[in-house]
Amino acid sequence: MHSTGYTLRFIIILTAVVALVLTALREFTKEQSDKNEAVFNKKEILKAIASKLGPDGGPAVVKDFDDQTVEQIFDSKIKQLVIKNNGDVVEKDAIMAAGYKGGQATDVDMAKEKKKSEDDRMFPLFIYGEGKDAIYIMNVRGSGLWDEIWGNIAVKSDLSTIVGVSFDHKGETPGLGAEIKDNPAFPRSFTNKRLFNDAGEFTSVIVRKGGARDKNHEVDGISGATVTADGVTEMIARCINYYQPYFEKQKASSLQGYLINN
Amino acid sequence: MAETAVKKKEPVIAFGKKERKLISDPLNDNNPLTVQVLGICSALAVTSLILPSLVMSIAVVFVCMFASFFTSLLRKKIPNSVRMIVQLVIIAGLVTVVEFSLRYLNYPVYKQLSVYIGLIITNCIVMGRLEAFAMANNPWRSLLDGLGNGLGYGAILLIVAFIRELFGKGTLFAGTGIEMKIIGASPDYWINTLTSNWFGWYANNNLMVLPAAAMFIIGILIWIQRSWNQKLVDIS
Repeated sequence: MHSTGYTLRFIIILTAVVALVLTALREFTKEQSDKNEAVFNKKEILKAIASKLGPDGGPAVVKDFDDQTVEQIFDSKIKQLVIKNNGDVVEKDAIMAAGYKGGQATDVDMAKEKKKSEDDRMFPLFIYGEGKDAIYIMNVRGSGLWDEIWGNIAVKSDLSTIVGVSFDHKGETPGLGAEIKDNPAFPRSFTNKRLFNDAGEFTSVIVRKGGARDKNHEVDGISGATVTADGVTEMIARCINYYQPYFEKQKASSLQGYLINN
Repeated sequence: MAETAVKKKEPVIAFGKKERKLISDPLNDNNPLTVQVLGICSALAVTSLILPSLVMSIAVVFVCMFASFFTSLLRKKIPNSVRMIVQLVIIAGLVTVVEFSLRYLNYPVYKQLSVYIGLIITNCIVMGRLEAFAMANNPWRSLLDGLGNGLGYGAILLIVAFIRELFGKGTLFAGTGIEMKIIGASPDYWINTLTSNWFGWYANNNLMVLPAAAMFIIGILIWIQRSWNQKLVDIS
C-alpha cells in the first residue's frame, strides 16, 4: 500500500509529464495545423462556386486544389467584406479589435459570432468577379440534430438565383444528417433555386420532406434526416436576411449614382 | 510480489508461442467485441461507412498498444488507489496525440472524425486490457496484447462497416480515393437498378444506415462465430 504523499507525488508528476509532452507536440504542429484549417475553410467557401472555378469558367473539383491555388484565388479574384446586419461595412481595425488577427472576412470565426447578439454579430461576405457577373457568397449557420451545421450560399448578382452551396456539420450522423455534406447530390440540388419569388418576396429555399413540390424554391429532403434538413431550411431563411440591409444600401447608393450621372 | 518471481525466468523480448497467442487470441477465441462484448457503443456509432471505421480501428490499435505499453512500464509504481485515473490520463494523453497528428497530417480526415477520436477514451476495450493485462505483465507482452485486441476490434468493425455501407449506400470505401459505386439507381453505379434486368427490384436498405443495423450484424456475427468455434459454446 502506497502512502498518500507518494500517491499525490505520482499523480502530479505523471500529469505534468503528459501535459508537457502534449504542449510540446501542439506547439510543434500548431503552425501547420492552423494553416491546414485556414485552407480547409477557404475550400469550403470555394466549393459553393466550384461550378465557375474550372479552366474557362467551367466546373472544377475544389477538393483537388492544392494550398497555393486556394490562396491565389482568394488573393486575386475574391473581394472580402465583413458586414453588420444593419448593412454597415466593418472596417479592418474593428475586425482586429474583435480579436481576429488577420482582419479579413476569412478570419471571422462564425461559431464565436453566433454567441453574440444579432446586432453585434459580424457576417463575412465574399464577392467573386465583378459587375453583372459577380457572385456573392454568404455564410449561414444553424443547428442540426446533434450540433451546429453551417454552410456557404453563392448567389448571382440578382441576389436570388443560387449558383452553388456547400454545407458542413460538427457531428451529424454519418449516412443520415451528414449527407448534407457527404452526398454531393444534396448541395447540387440547390443550384438554380431562387431565394426570392417573381414578385420579389423572400421565399428562401426549403428542404422538403418527401420531395420538393415547388421547383423554384424547394429541394428534396434526406430520408431519415428530417431534423438536420429542417435545420438547413431554418438557417438559410434566417441568415440570408442578415445580409439584405447591406444589399439594399448598395442598391440605393447605386441608384443615387445613376440619377446623378444622368 | 508473487508475479515478479514468475517473470524473471523468461526473456523480456521474445516472439514465441505465447506472444503469438497474444495477437491471435483476440482475433477469434477471445475477441473483445464478439466474445467479451466490449466496445459495442463505438462499434454501433462509426460503422456506417468503411472510411471512419478504418481510421477508428487504426487509432484504437495505436492507443491500445501504447496505453498498454506505458501502463505496463509504470505498473509497479502506480499507486493502487488511483490506478484507474492513471490509466485514464495515459489513454487521454495518447488520444490527444492521435488528434494532433491527424490535424497536422490530414485536416479533412480530422474534421470528418473529430467526434469519434474523442470516443476512444470511453472505449472499454482499452481500459479493460490495461486493467486485466498490462497491470500484471511486462511491457513487451502488453504491447502485443494491445495490438491483438486493437486488431480484433478493428476486424469486426471493418466487417460490419463493409456490410452496412454496401447494403445501406450501395458503395464501398466512399470518401476515399478508391470509392467504388456498386449498386444504385443512377448510371454512376456498376449495377444500375434503373436499367438492369436482374436488379430492378433492388433498393438500398435504410435500416443499414442506422446504428441499430450494427446491433443485428454483430449479433449475427456472434452466432456464426459460435457455431463455427465450438470452444466458445462450452464457455457459455
